[in-house]
Amino acid sequence: MNDPARPRLNIGAIRESFAPWADPNAAPLVRFEGVYKQFGDETAVKGVSFDIYEGEFFALLGPSGCGKTTLMRMLAGFEAPDAGRVSLGGQDLAGQPPHRRPVNMMFQSYALFPHLSVEQNIGFGLSQQGLPRAEIRARVEETLALVKLEGLGRRRPHQLSGGQRQRVALARAIAPRPKMLLLDEPLAALDKKLREETQFELMRLQQTLGMTFLIVTHDQEEAMVVADRIAVMSAGEIAQIGRPAEIYETPNSRYVADFIGDVNLFEGRVTGADGTKVRLGSNDCPAGLEALEDDHLAMGSPVWLAVRPEKLKLHLDPPGETANRLSGKVVDYGYLGDWTTYVVELASGRTVRAAVANVSRLVERPIGYGDPVWLTFAPDGAVVLTR
Amino acid sequence: MTRGPTLFNRISVFLGLGFLYAPIVLLVVYSFNASRLVTVWGGFSTKWYAALLKDQQMLDAIWITVRLGLISATAATVLGTLAAVALVRSGRFRGRTLFTGMLQAPLVLPEVILGLSLLLLFVAMGLQRGFWTVAVSHATMTLCYATVVIQARLVSFDRALEEAAQDLGCPPIRAFFLVTLPGIAPAVAAAWMLAFTLSLDDLVIASFTAGPGSTTLPMRIYSQVRLGVNPEINAVSTLLIAIVTLGVGIATLVQRRPKGVPRG
Repeated sequence: MNDPARPRLNIGAIRESFAPWADPNAAPLVRFEGVYKQFGDETAVKGVSFDIYEGEFFALLGPSGCGKTTLMRMLAGFEAPDAGRVSLGGQDLAGQPPHRRPVNMMFQSYALFPHLSVEQNIGFGLSQQGLPRAEIRARVEETLALVKLEGLGRRRPHQLSGGQRQRVALARAIAPRPKMLLLDEPLAALDKKLREETQFELMRLQQTLGMTFLIVTHDQEEAMVVADRIAVMSAGEIAQIGRPAEIYETPNSRYVADFIGDVNLFEGRVTGADGTKVRLGSNDCPAGLEALEDDHLAMGSPVWLAVRPEKLKLHLDPPGETANRLSGKVVDYGYLGDWTTYVVELASGRTVRAAVANVSRLVERPIGYGDPVWLTFAPDGAVVLTR
Repeated sequence: MTRGPTLFNRISVFLGLGFLYAPIVLLVVYSFNASRLVTVWGGFSTKWYAALLKDQQMLDAIWITVRLGLISATAATVLGTLAAVALVRSGRFRGRTLFTGMLQAPLVLPEVILGLSLLLLFVAMGLQRGFWTVAVSHATMTLCYATVVIQARLVSFDRALEEAAQDLGCPPIRAFFLVTLPGIAPAVAAAWMLAFTLSLDDLVIASFTAGPGSTTLPMRIYSQVRLGVNPEINAVSTLLIAIVTLGVGIATLVQRRPKGVPRG
């Protein structure tokens, strides 16, 4: 996936120093304030507020029907909020028709004009701006090179492969150099390998252009790879906004923990909290559960402990008596090459997923169905959730 | 299941097509008859076509009919496109179903009724009947056909294309001409051809709404036949059939998608 010959770009999660949202003086490029949208009886968006900053790669992530596409279409001007405000660069966008907005969208269906050549498609936005022919030609050439489609300018869309069409759609949207690029499920139609390559392409492009990107996707891996920040949406509301690692490692709710990646959730009640650690009593673990938590949780209050499969350690022999010690039987396993996922049924009846990295090519002691195993995890590997 | 058609199928097709086309074939064949008597074959000749070229009344009728077709088909296509866009693009406005129904009703309305009501309208308005009253009537009659044809294409036209054009800075009306119209052009052309041929062979509505000096070809043929059929009528009818066949043929061809163009 990572081509060593390619120059190293300051992309994705590596851009740790890029955090305008943490700066209280930074003015956002886009601001959604208390936005509502109703379609018939259905409320698609329920009072959503968030900011997107200049140069950011922002992802709206959620299952289909969660309102993420509606939010994007509001920015493009194809939907108007019933209540609330959407502003761009400090200016309210209300009443501005799509053709006057300095944002361009890449459509999920690509929406390439079938009667125009690739060049004419890419130059469409430029000719709408009334640029002279020579300049349009130069800009189209430049954009073709940027998306690596040199020499295909004279083709019609139907003469291109799916991946090439995707690039034309992208080129057409960036050619007018909008203030912001909106990507509506841009990679959904590509196969897995091409999708992964294109994710890095997108990040490279965003860095080279220094443009603000907003991507709408239901694919959590895609959002994690490309975005600086992710807004996880659920039924018209934003469940959590944060960097990919924050969302993955410190989800704020069971919904987010479950939506992003695999997770094991243990239900329990607080039996002790000292400001750094919390202890829980749970049916799933007679030895008690323990996790890092600086909030003082009320004794006896119901909480959930979220533990990612890769944070669980699998033992074939009983480990010493400690907290966070689970025992059960292997009821299923899946070999994925790099990882093996074991499904372990606990005495309480709950099934737990544990992912074990296959560090050696040799299997020392194969684990089979019905084998008794023990699972442990460190207190810093678990997250306490109250909702 | 690669069996060919059975004998029964062959016979039914033969009988069906024979029933439909025998009279027409007869008419075409007898237009090349050397004999003056319509029912007696007197050898091959094209003299009736030559005679047709000298028949000023017939030529006038042909010219009027062609002009009528051009004008009414163009008017019907423009109005039909607007109506189709309104029906498909405006979502569910109040009275949409009623509007659709009203646009399609003339498809099944007896022509006599339509002709009569148009005549009453023109009389009530105090309009002098002539070329333009027939043109307006033909536009009215063919409008619904044009709308139905264009509407069918517009329904399958990807709305995202218009949105993409607007998103790239194109105002809605220009987006319609730059993106939507090229997309539905085959249907628009087909609608025009259909309207043109319908206007060409209309007798009933023209009879109601025409005035002196606006006798169309079908009217001329009909009035001549009442005085007795002559081979010249066969010749002009053959020409009419040729034009209509050509029109319908072109309409079918342009409606077809070019090869290799995927849907959507």
